[in-house]
Amino acid sequence: MARVVVDVMPKPEILDPQGQAVANALPRLGFDGVTAVRQGKHFELEVADDVDDATLAKIAESFLANPVIEDWTVRRVEA
Amino acid sequence: MRVGVVTFPGTLDDVDAQRAVRYADGEAVPLWHGDHDLQGVDAVIVPGGFSYGDYLRAGAIARFAPVMREVVEAANKGMPVLGICNGFQVLTEAHLLPGALTRNHKLHFVCRDQWLRVENTSTAWTTRYDRDAEILVPLKSGEGGYQADDDTLKQLEDEHRVVFRYVGENPNGSRNDIAGITNARGNVVGLMPHPEHAVDALTGPTDDGLGMFLSLLDTVVKA
Repeated sequence: MARVVVDVMPKPEILDPQGQAVANALPRLGFDGVTAVRQGKHFELEVADDVDDATLAKIAESFLANPVIEDWTVRRVEA
Repeated sequence: MRVGVVTFPGTLDDVDAQRAVRYADGEAVPLWHGDHDLQGVDAVIVPGGFSYGDYLRAGAIARFAPVMREVVEAANKGMPVLGICNGFQVLTEAHLLPGALTRNHKLHFVCRDQWLRVENTSTAWTTRYDRDAEILVPLKSGEGGYQADDDTLKQLEDEHRVVFRYVGENPNGSRNDIAGITNARGNVVGLMPHPEHAVDALTGPTDDGLGMFLSLLDTVVKA
């Protein structure tokens, strides 16, 4: 088994109201100096060893992310 | 006229969509998400709600429901398909319509009666309206912001595929004030507001939404 991490982020040009709301809340909580926040999704997949990179890319592109509005990255990590 | 109305786990507005079909003298045929069967209907409505709890992204999981394969196949052959609210989100996820729907720009769930302008009256679902007619129907959604890249937006505008546009203040940050669009062929329409909740002045703000279902009747009878 291998652990695979897929990160999905809104594209830079897409408005991210959730990230903006987080950024706006920080000064109110007394945390200064954070100028921007973008909010995305983080998936941890446990996959069999014979699942290849092309399949993982397909999972990310066709399902975990919507490429119209989101960018994605796939990486294998130490479990 | 037999019109299928899809029900997924978490769908809310299937019953009102069925009622709207009956108001237009059609027969409403419930379609179950797990069936590979459209039961010989003339058209399909993908109604609003929160299919699969909006898990992952609104519409992302519903798109892979068994019945959707049949809906996509039929739509590509020209069958009229209407996606309302969550149904619009499902149709974009299924690539029947371009773009995507994102979180409202002010993060509030918007629930109000909304004026729309009908800008395309040649789709399967809008022939009964006068061009640029303004209609009042409910809007109730948290992820109704229409997003598409500049090239897609330009294509939609150039080809007059923006069917409905918000009138007045933009309620959710949709690009170009877009409330609803159609595919190139004009048989598939998706919109965030709810025409099926506005078919009788007794239960809705107006009966302005009924025109969509009567338009479908004309389309099916002509076919």
